[in-house]
This record gives sequence, structure tokens and C-alpha cells, in this order.
Amino acid sequence: MKRLGGVKLSHHKNTENCSSQKLPVPEKVRIPMSMHIGAPCSPVVKIKDIVQVGQKIGDTDAFMAVPIHSGVSGTVTAISDYRMSNGRTCKMVEITTDGEQSVSPEVKVPEVTDKDSFLKAIRQSGLVGMGGASFPACVKLAPKQSVDTLCINAAECEPYITSDYRQMVEAPDEVIDGVRQVMKWLSIKQCIIGIESNKPEAIRILKEKASSYPEIKISVLPCTYPQGAEKVLIYNTLGRIVMEGQLPADQGVIVMNVSSVAFVSRYLKTGMPMVQRMLTVDGDAIKNPCNVIVPMGTPVADVLNFAECEIDKVKKLLYGGPMMGMSIQDINDPVLKANNAILAMKKSQSPKSSACIHCGRCIQACPLDLMPPQICKAYEGKDVEALQKLKVMLCMNCGCCTYVCPAKRPVAETNQFAKAMVMASAKK
Amino acid sequence: MQLLTVSPSPHIRSSMSTQKIMGLVILALLPAMISSVIVFGIRALLLIVFCTAVCVLSEFVCQKLMKKETTVQDGSAALTGVLLALNLPATLPLWEAAIGCIFAIAVVKQLFGGLGCNFANPAITGRVFLLLSFAGDMTTWVKPFYYKGLSFGEMLSSNGNNAIDALTSATPLASGDAGLLDLFIGNVGGCIGETSALALLVGGIFLIAMGIISASTPIAYLGSLGVLSLLHTLISGGEMSSVLYTLLSGGVMLGAFFMATDYVTTPITTKGKIIFGIGCGILTFVIREFASMPEGCSFSILLMNLLTPYIDRFTMTKPVGAKVQEKGEN
Repeated sequence: MKRLGGVKLSHHKNTENCSSQKLPVPEKVRIPMSMHIGAPCSPVVKIKDIVQVGQKIGDTDAFMAVPIHSGVSGTVTAISDYRMSNGRTCKMVEITTDGEQSVSPEVKVPEVTDKDSFLKAIRQSGLVGMGGASFPACVKLAPKQSVDTLCINAAECEPYITSDYRQMVEAPDEVIDGVRQVMKWLSIKQCIIGIESNKPEAIRILKEKASSYPEIKISVLPCTYPQGAEKVLIYNTLGRIVMEGQLPADQGVIVMNVSSVAFVSRYLKTGMPMVQRMLTVDGDAIKNPCNVIVPMGTPVADVLNFAECEIDKVKKLLYGGPMMGMSIQDINDPVLKANNAILAMKKSQSPKSSACIHCGRCIQACPLDLMPPQICKAYEGKDVEALQKLKVMLCMNCGCCTYVCPAKRPVAETNQFAKAMVMASAKK
Repeated sequence: MQLLTVSPSPHIRSSMSTQKIMGLVILALLPAMISSVIVFGIRALLLIVFCTAVCVLSEFVCQKLMKKETTVQDGSAALTGVLLALNLPATLPLWEAAIGCIFAIAVVKQLFGGLGCNFANPAITGRVFLLLSFAGDMTTWVKPFYYKGLSFGEMLSSNGNNAIDALTSATPLASGDAGLLDLFIGNVGGCIGETSALALLVGGIFLIAMGIISASTPIAYLGSLGVLSLLHTLISGGEMSSVLYTLLSGGVMLGAFFMATDYVTTPITTKGKIIFGIGCGILTFVIREFASMPEGCSFSILLMNLLTPYIDRFTMTKPVGAKVQEKGEN
């Protein structure tokens, strides 16, 4: 079968054998009221309020949003502004912990009897896509289109990150149960779990666990980045093409991250909302690379100290992997729901770019067969029509083009500027 | 704690760089350079070193004069120098070679905007320029190992030397009297770098294996030239070995692996590269068989260079998930 390509990367899965450990309760957490794509929440607590683990501290009536809960017990000590990575601001609740970690009486096993009550429970759980996109799960799981396939993203194609892998190896039953719950309540007939071939242990365990459920299949994928990109995953596991402007649901598919689906299982059993997550801490400035379970809003500095980071040597901090992760601006920024990793690098590579030599490596590397050099020319000439013909809006910013460019040009970045130009002209 | 760098993703880059690519191509030309020195002596080495130096210096001076950033360290000017030298006869006077180098770098490359902006291959254009300007010197070929028995000074000197004049012979492409094995290993007259098909093949395969060039261009070039010459042989009733003769003689090997694969002046997609290669093959055949010139390799690549923007326009990729235009063909 033809598969969409990409680039081969060094895996650096240094933490694949590091069992998850719990981070000691941090002194303070600072929880932003937006850890999802969509409308931010408003705080439902006031300064000096006492909060407990699992208690709701932010909510909104907006459709595209999920509530925010506290992962610690303690006292609200400040409500301030937080600048999100997209440049906008939202409120942020600071909680000084008491170390008790007493559980809130709000935490109750949800009653799920049909699709509506299931979706309501998912919204109340605060679940967002845990692979990095932070899309509200309650919105994703309620498409208007009819869906026949649940596709589980267990590719974990970014270097360093092993938090999904640890989830699969440590608690495979949660994965299978979560899959079955989603399939049951949304009446989805089949499920396909896509895993890169560099995780033989996870493949073996999940195949064994899924053997009694013929509707769940495991698809072993080659180790090419970006195997876990939604469109690439859907094509490589199902052979379906998500056309421009379409959502996966238009092709009858819902894609969920493997850790997200495992969370669904845990939530339906315990009622504990999304207040903590497992993440990988790695990078060349980290002496003790590990997988840690961290309450939301924990300052990045606390996580780095736990992993024995040489903080004075760090030049670059990342939320997520090196290919699509985001630079962290401040060492005290909080851990967010979608952070599957924190990477601390001693080097900050900003190589000088030189002239394009038309080698075509970016075109070869692009999983979607876009033509970055032509896009760059059209962008420089402010030719919106040409950009639309070149289908620049398909670009998912996977970064393969920038990665391979021998002239070290900011290829993917230029594509994003070009996309912004097309969108700006559409608004006129 | 130092200041954190904030930059857009991706945060890692591959180790491949423009400089490394140019270096690897020069490395791939090493077998051809060595064979040229073996076959044509110290004079070949002198030409290679001289042309490389003149090209690098020209680029440096041009960029200084145009108040542009100096980029000679990327190795592209050095590569042009080596390639141009390999396209010259051993006895070409140095001042003529220098004019070719300056033309290649200053006019063909820098006046059009430097690396990445030139529409024609500088080394090829430099060679064609010299061929038209100094037709006599550019088609004076010495026999292989002509230098045997000459003194060191005589070896370094160029034409005007009676001892060498007496040794000139026609290129095997024109005379058609060399053995196939001699053609393959390079025991024939011709430009210093194009005689040994073996050395060029070793370098070309190295570049393909390293992922520097795409195999599609040389395969399309040599393939189409081979097929055409086979058809010609069948129709005219010549010997089958003449097909191999066509492929091994003249500048075809050097052209197919090192000139028709230049990134800047050839199409960017695989489909485009195949069209480019086939075009070169057809033009080379037509020029060799029907034109007044014995060699058509340089001209064919130069002509295809001119067509590259058009080939690029008609060989755009079709992005995955792009909606098909209503009236367009699928």
C-alpha cells in the first residue's frame, strides 16, 4: 500500500523504559483558564477560596470549550492574566497547595446511559486532545457526519516523547476499555490503532489485549515523521484522503490520541476529571530523563528540577517534541493539558539561512506533496491566487521541509505566513 | 539561567547543508580528476587548480564590488571551477581558461543574482563561451600520455610548443577510432575530465547513493540517447557496438551525472528531471548526428536549462487532498 512519506528522524526515545513517577506536590500551581482551542473559561473561584483535587475552578457556556479543574488542594492566592502562546490573554488561577491532596466531593463517577449523557460526561471531564492539539474532546466526539471508524493515534512519531508509549505499556487495559466505551456510546463499528514499528512491546501487548475484540485492529506503521499527523495517519491506516477544507469526520473517521482514550476509561470509572497528566522530560540539559505525572498548572521549573536539569545551561525549552513543539517563554510557565513532553536543550539552533538552491528536498519531504519553493515565491510576490493554486492551506506545519532544507531556510514558517496571507485576503 | 530562545518549530535541523552538498560533489569528481592527471599529466592538475582559484576569486571580487555578502565558503564557485576545468582540453592556455572562469562566475552566475538565481549552468556556459571564442584551442586534443618524455617545463606549457602540436589527435568522437575499453577507462583524447567513463560512473553512483542527485536524470539522459542511437544503428545498419560508443565517448557521462543534475538550473520534481534528461538525450543525438559539430552534450544541457522554468511549470505536484479543478483533468 502506498503511504504518505515524511522524514526519518533519530528517535531519542531515551525514556522508553522509565516508568511513570508522580511529581511531589508543587508549592504553587498556576492554572490558565484556557488549555484548549476555543473560548477561555472564567474562574468560578475567588481569592482565598479553599479548593480540593478535582474541584471545578473555571467554566464557560461556550460550545468550543471544556471546564478547568484543580489538580491540587490548597488556597486560591491570586487570579492574574496569562499570555497564551497565540498571543491572547486569559485569566490564570494561582493555588498555594496544602500538601493534603484531599479529593473534592464534586468528584463522582458519572452516570452514562446513552450518547448524550456520555458526551456531557466527556465535557465535564475537561478532556482535550492530549497529543498536542488540545482540541475539546466533547466537540470532536459529536460530529454531525456519520462516523464508522475510530482511529487511535499511538504513532508517537516525535523524537524523545514516550508518554503515550508508557501509557500503552503500563495500562493497556485502559486503552482498550476507552476504545470500547467510545465505540459503544457513539455506535462506531470499527477501531484501528496506529503504532510506529519502533514500539514492538506496545504492539505486542495491545495485539494481545485486542485479540478478543475483532472490531479493534492494530496497524503497524513505518517510523517516518509525521506518522501521527491526523491526515497522514488516516491515509496510512485506512487509505482515506481528508480533502482540503474537510474534517476527518467527513471521511467517517474520528481520530483520538491513545492517552486521551485511556483517560476516557479512567474518568468513566473514577470521575476524576483532567487534573494531571503524564509527560516526558528529556533533552540534553536533563540529567535524569523520565516520565512524570504532573498536576496541571505546575511550573515548568518544578518539573525540570525533578528531572535534575542543568537549568543554568538551558538555552531553549519546549512544550512537546522538537518538530512541532512550542518554545516556552518563561521557566515558570505552567504545564498544560496537551503537554506530552517538556524538553530542555543546551543549544538553540538558529542556523543562518542562505539562498534556495532548488534541490527539491522540501518537496520530497512534504507528506502532502506541496511545493514550498513555489509557495515561497508566490508569498514574496504577494500572489494570493497562486498560493491558493499551490494549496498552501493544506500545510499542517509538520516542519519536514525546514528540517531537510540544506540552505537552512525557514520553509515551514514561510508557509504559515503564506497561509495567514490567504486567510487575510479571504476576510476582505 | 540564560535568556531562553523563542523560535518557531521545528527546533532541529538535518545535518545536510549547501556547503556539504558542494563538497560531496567535488569529492565525487575526485576519481575523474585523478584519471585526468594520470592520462594528461601535471598540466591537467594545473588547469583544475587554476580554474578553481579563478572562479573562487571572481566570486569574491564580484560580491565585494556589488557590496553583497561573501558566500565563497559555500563551495559552489569552487565546484564550477573544477567542472569547467574538466571540460577543457589539456593544452588550453591559462589566460583563455581564466576568461572562461570569469565569464562563468561573473556573467552567468553573479549578474543574475548569485547562487540559486542563475538560469544556466555556469560551467557549461563557460565551456560553450570558450568553444565559440577560441574554437581552435578548444578543439586541440593531445593524445593520452602525451607528456611521456617531455621535461617538466614542457609538461606545464600549453600550445605554441611544437612537440605538443605534433601529438594532437582528433577526439575519438570525431574520428571514431577508439576501442570501447579505452573509452571506458579513459585511454583516449578529449577534455581532461570527460575521457574516463569509469571514473565518472564511480563518482555518479556515489552521488546517487549519498542522496545528493536523483538517479532519474542520468538514467533518462543516457537511456534516451542509447535508445535513439540504437534505432539509428538499426535503420542505418551499423554495428551494435556503436551504441556503447555513443554513450561512452565525448562529454555525455560528465554531463549526465554532474551537469544535467545541477539543482539550480534543472527541474525540481522527479517528473521534470525525467523530461529534462530525455530532452538532453534527444538534443545530444540530434546535434551529434545531424549538426556540423561533433559534440552536442554541452549545447543540449544549455538548451534544456533554458526550458527548465517551463518544465517546472508543467510538472507541478498534485498535493494530497487537493480538490480537482472542475474543468481540469484528473
